[in-house]
Amino acid sequence: MPSAISTGASAPPIVEVAELAREFGSRRAVAGVTFSLAPGKCLALFGPNGAGKTTLLRVLAGLLKPTSGSARVAGIPLPGGPLARSRIGLISHHTMLYEALSPRENVSFTAQLYGIRDSRARVEDSLRRMSMLERADTPIRSLSRGMQQRVSIARAMVHSPQLVLADEPYSGLDESGARALTALLGELRSAGTAIIVVTHNLAEGLSLATHAAVMQRGKFLRYDSADRIDAGSYAATYREALAANG
Amino acid sequence: MADILSAAWLIARKDLSIEFRTRSAFFSAVVFALLGLVIFYYAWDPTAVTATDLAPGVLWVIFTFSGLLGLHRSFGVETADHAIDGLLASPASREAIFLGKAIANLIFVGAVQAIAIPALALFYNLRLGAVAGPLIAIAILAAIGLVAVGTLFSAMAVNTRLAELLLPMLALPFFVPIVIAAAQATAKLLSGRPVIEVGAWLKLLLAFDIVFVAACTLAYPFTVED
Repeated sequence: MPSAISTGASAPPIVEVAELAREFGSRRAVAGVTFSLAPGKCLALFGPNGAGKTTLLRVLAGLLKPTSGSARVAGIPLPGGPLARSRIGLISHHTMLYEALSPRENVSFTAQLYGIRDSRARVEDSLRRMSMLERADTPIRSLSRGMQQRVSIARAMVHSPQLVLADEPYSGLDESGARALTALLGELRSAGTAIIVVTHNLAEGLSLATHAAVMQRGKFLRYDSADRIDAGSYAATYREALAANG
Repeated sequence: MADILSAAWLIARKDLSIEFRTRSAFFSAVVFALLGLVIFYYAWDPTAVTATDLAPGVLWVIFTFSGLLGLHRSFGVETADHAIDGLLASPASREAIFLGKAIANLIFVGAVQAIAIPALALFYNLRLGAVAGPLIAIAILAAIGLVAVGTLFSAMAVNTRLAELLLPMLALPFFVPIVIAAAQATAKLLSGRPVIEVGAWLKLLLAFDIVFVAACTLAYPFTVED
């Protein structure tokens, strides 16, 4: 592997990660990862369970401190406090929603937390994009898992983040929800948002990605840019990583 | 500072909206407080102990334990589907998250007090009109200290398997000095001593509040930084 991986050279990168490591006791969840990601690029991250993908995303989201190495988001070193966090949108397989509140209240709360003035229009737009306007006033607990995931995505996008970290975002979505998410991520990319998406579905990941990586035991086992991504060989590497993981 | 307070109020409003919708913790706390009053009332021998001697102890035992019910809920609402990650990944500072939770808890405890104090006066036939002002001051000052400590330990305990057991075990020793000061001040008030004699206990409560609010606000980020 090259010591530094760059995903787009023209614009200053949104994400710069250098020899990033995160340990939990004696276990190295992320073991010296280096890459950068330019605006409008999408890195699809594959790997078996426990490979360190979610930990890497949590470090970039400011939820975990790196043990060593460095990471920058929009030029701000992590953990970078409120300014860095305001640039990031986090989607997870956990919805991070309050089940007693409605979709509108959940998204509105997030919008206000991110300091969006006149948030009403942005909230409506986010919910509309995920086709959730009709159920916007239904308590979250009354919605299906897929609908909750749609609201969670609307929540993560309401502040127009520069970097979207999506950890298994398709989890729980039906076909129409998955299409809406793919379209939304495509729109965000066109608008210059950088995206890191973790998924176990190679087809979904590669359809979005300008770059792809397979992670195993905290390291990038393989990394390719869009013009060199070959779905067949990627599938083989991914299967090898899964087999090695047992 | 304005950003912190604005985010804190936003978080407090969200917590209160959730509690208003579910009312689970509030009803539990009020029922617990009223049941406590009833039990103490029927265990009380008025010929051995006067109402003014017994009431302050009863009041603060009830507040302490009913408050714990609300404090446990405080971070409990954040654990369902990892809502806390959404808060921590937002630009709201850790201090704002703590203060928001503490403000919501303070309003929660205040609402329980607003029901329990008149109920206490009713059960023990206390005339609180003349001492209402100082009694409210004691209740507010004591609630601030209890809530600061309880909110911090709620954050620490929430991710453990024995959260409901751990919270009282961690918090109660720190509640002791606040409860002693509050109970002593209340006893003096109810026994008809001049308000000036309560002043020293009020100052002590204020000192506890300043120390606990500052220390807990500064300590909270360490409970969530992994």
